[in-house]
Amino acid sequence: MWSSIDWSMLFAGFTNLTWQNIVMIVIGLVLFYLSIAKGAEPLLLVPIGFGVILANIPLSGMAAADEGGILNLIYHAGILTQIFPVLIFIGIGAMADFRPMLGNPFILIFGAAGQFGIFITLFIALAMGFKIPEAASISIIGAMDGPTAIYFSSRYARELLPAISVVAYSYMSLVPIVQPPIMRLLTTKKERAVVMSTSKTRVSKRVVLLFPLVAGIFGMLIAPMGAPLLGAIMLGNFLKESGVVERLSNVAEGALVDIVTLLLGLCVGAAMLGGNFLTTTTILILLLGLLAISLDTVTGVMLGKLMYWVTRGKVNPLIGAAGVSAFPMAARVVQREGQKANPRSFLLWHAMGANTGGQVASVMAAAVMLAILTGMGIMPLPV
Amino acid sequence: MTNMQFGVFSMVAGMGITLLALYIIGWMVKLMNKLWPYKEEEEKKSGG
Repeated sequence: MWSSIDWSMLFAGFTNLTWQNIVMIVIGLVLFYLSIAKGAEPLLLVPIGFGVILANIPLSGMAAADEGGILNLIYHAGILTQIFPVLIFIGIGAMADFRPMLGNPFILIFGAAGQFGIFITLFIALAMGFKIPEAASISIIGAMDGPTAIYFSSRYARELLPAISVVAYSYMSLVPIVQPPIMRLLTTKKERAVVMSTSKTRVSKRVVLLFPLVAGIFGMLIAPMGAPLLGAIMLGNFLKESGVVERLSNVAEGALVDIVTLLLGLCVGAAMLGGNFLTTTTILILLLGLLAISLDTVTGVMLGKLMYWVTRGKVNPLIGAAGVSAFPMAARVVQREGQKANPRSFLLWHAMGANTGGQVASVMAAAVMLAILTGMGIMPLPV
Repeated sequence: MTNMQFGVFSMVAGMGITLLALYIIGWMVKLMNKLWPYKEEEEKKSGG
């Protein structure tokens, strides 16, 4: 009996372990360190880290590419179909409070400026030789919006999906590190010290209720290809603001988004197989992602400087840096930098407005990108 | 159209359309705020 057993199977995991697997397992552990010890995006980095480890255990059948495996099934059902990003957007909409932006709608312009990094990075990625669908998917990292990046790359650059999603979420968590040096470099202390009015402009309940409908319908009519994203975020917000479906709203911003985040994180991690992930392309995506979010900050702050000049010093240019989708990290960074320059300055309310504007703008920019690419026949019409 | 021409076009069109769309949404919000301004009594009545 003893001789009929293939004892090597007991050690098959060890004998099939490659150096790439080991590196990936270490990367999984680093993600745990960043999320647990440093508090960087733990809701996503913990499941991603675990997914990475599971996928890189040889013969476990837990990689997203392992046909018939559990995570392979979830990957196909949730990510490649783009269901997960859309469901997350319903939750984001239910969590979003657009009041600071509705009270000061001109601040939406900062949200637009905060997306310019996407389009400039698209140009640079094309110049570096990436194909158009790949360049578009990489540049969407500049939306600073994980679900949008996943939605885009799962549709147009599936082979780059693991790298793009990890880079997108990692940079979202690095906003407090990436943005401040750029903000300080582009502004003078006098500009950063500007005190903006702290009086909150209140908006009626009717406006709060109508906003997701009006902005949603208008945005979807401009760029119908972005309807799954824009429609989902506006649906979530409408559920919350309607006030009559509290149970649905609670589920959307609670259980639904939590379950989907867990599964999405696991699947993204499980797609990070050593052999496919440790490539020069991943490094290029890392660099282009950093460029994209840096450019978002640059264009936002530059618009802030223009507003400072136009309003003769009434607008603090730092507000421009909050016009991105990384909520509420970007708004907090603006508040902190403003207070460093002037302890009497409270920019949080305005920064929150620009930040929620950035959430709408990032989806709008992605929708516009989809419309341009589809309109030029470069990408197929969504099916 | 070469990739670079596409890059320049999509950069200009993308930034322009995004900016314009958000500018128009901003004006829509401004209009809504004018049509239905905040009134403390009404908000209290509706529990808002």
